[in-house]
Amino acid sequence: MHEHPRPGPSTSAERVFFETSELIEKTPKVGLDGPTSPANTSISAQPTASSRNILATVPVKLRINGDNYELQVDPRTTLLDFIRETIALTGTKKGCDHGQCGACTVHVNGRRVNSCLSLALMNEGQEITTIEGLGTPGDLHPMQASFVNCDGYQCGYCTSGQIMSAVALLNEPCGPNDADVKELMSGNICRCGAYANIVAAIQQVRKNA
Amino acid sequence: MNTFEFIRPPDSETAIAASAQANTAQQGADVRFVAGGTTLLDLMKLNVETPSRLIDINQLPLDKIESTADGGLRIGATVRNSDLANHATVQRDYLVLSQAILAGASAQLRNMATTAGNLVQRTRCMYFRDTAMPCNKREPGSGCPAITGANRMLAILGTSEHCIATNPSDMCVAMAALEATIHIQGPAGSRAIPIGDFHLLPGDTPDRETVLEPGDLITHVTLPPPVVGSKQFYLKLRDRASYEFALASAAVVINLEDGKVSRARVALGGVGTKPWRSREAEASLMGQPANQANFRSAAEAALRNAKPQSENGFKIELAKRCLTYALQTATA
Repeated sequence: MHEHPRPGPSTSAERVFFETSELIEKTPKVGLDGPTSPANTSISAQPTASSRNILATVPVKLRINGDNYELQVDPRTTLLDFIRETIALTGTKKGCDHGQCGACTVHVNGRRVNSCLSLALMNEGQEITTIEGLGTPGDLHPMQASFVNCDGYQCGYCTSGQIMSAVALLNEPCGPNDADVKELMSGNICRCGAYANIVAAIQQVRKNA
Repeated sequence: MNTFEFIRPPDSETAIAASAQANTAQQGADVRFVAGGTTLLDLMKLNVETPSRLIDINQLPLDKIESTADGGLRIGATVRNSDLANHATVQRDYLVLSQAILAGASAQLRNMATTAGNLVQRTRCMYFRDTAMPCNKREPGSGCPAITGANRMLAILGTSEHCIATNPSDMCVAMAALEATIHIQGPAGSRAIPIGDFHLLPGDTPDRETVLEPGDLITHVTLPPPVVGSKQFYLKLRDRASYEFALASAAVVINLEDGKVSRARVALGGVGTKPWRSREAEASLMGQPANQANFRSAAEAALRNAKPQSENGFKIELAKRCLTYALQTATA
């Protein structure tokens, strides 16, 4: 059991979904050329020359931290915004929103990616993991525990991205030295400058593995 | 970001048919393929790219790395940069390609970015990325403020009076030195383009960066069989030690016989408006003893036609030293 209730389909996300559903009813569908189609045909294998089925929202099915979500979203919704805004898992952070800072790092099929540069729609059928799926306050992932032990943060804003990146690094080709870790962690910026302790936290987990 | 229709075609033919309706495959395209999204989503957020239709090609069977019948390598369009860089055959036979990819971006971006996406990666010129500024590449005829403005990062080779934007790719520089071939499937059939002919110089039309036309889908890249006995190295010089674009880079694939250069392929990055193969440097090296003086002569030849701007004159000497050092390291 989780010590704290985890946001999921049965808790706060339900409220967000309810609000979104209301919004869908109130929002006229947007069509650039001619009549629009029902939302569920917008992902179509047979596009035609004359019509662009540009709709206010489209259906998306995502699997995040083992939970399934079937929702209507604006097609522009990034994976990051889906995680933070649509289903209210706010552990993942938005920093630069352009793939330059790493705060939004999550795992897709176990590999780390910048969730700000991927559309939610591009991640159907994938197994997505966020910091909420890694550990809980009462049962930390070893990397989370190591960041605590080594004081691998100051303000904490970059921390979930750092930890998601560090956990993925454990399964990547990486040399034994601090310099190797620094190179592979260069996509995660820490403006407090906790780098030395972040590297120490990662090396501690690698040595104990 | 403008909204768009998102489609997920079941096969390449459907993807090509959908893309063939585009107004252009160059700047201003109203239809774009999307795979990794690392360049496209970034530029859509800046309103530099404004497609009204996105074609997701991630589910197409273009993600394999396979040997070819002639002993070369076939790299699928949607192979992720990290998978390519860490592939055992690439690390053994095409080391310069692995080194170049790992010198670019971050681990997260390399997990997302694809082979084909990297081939069409857009410039980092700040005027191109800022829609409040004129830019001949983004808005033909509007002017190039970079030529009299902030141009420290920009190109010194292959520039025109209309554009001095640098091609930012590392992967393409290694592929130029490896003489890769780009394979394209289009509405009229398939064709193969040597990488040297794939990217275009800016000239009078900097908005046209490649030979791609509406409906053209890059399906894969092939590398010729590995050159037996070749020594390879990629050197990238930049403002930070990691996660930064090149000020200058060099990819070298070189063979020696009795201490003399018997074959050389040289390409430069960070200095050209396209991935910059230097046949001048290659010709200068051929038959010469492998020593620093001859490496420096090759570097002088490579940069002979360089045109500095107000802030990037330092790149000429930097690129010379970069290539000289890369040749020394490869042959050491």
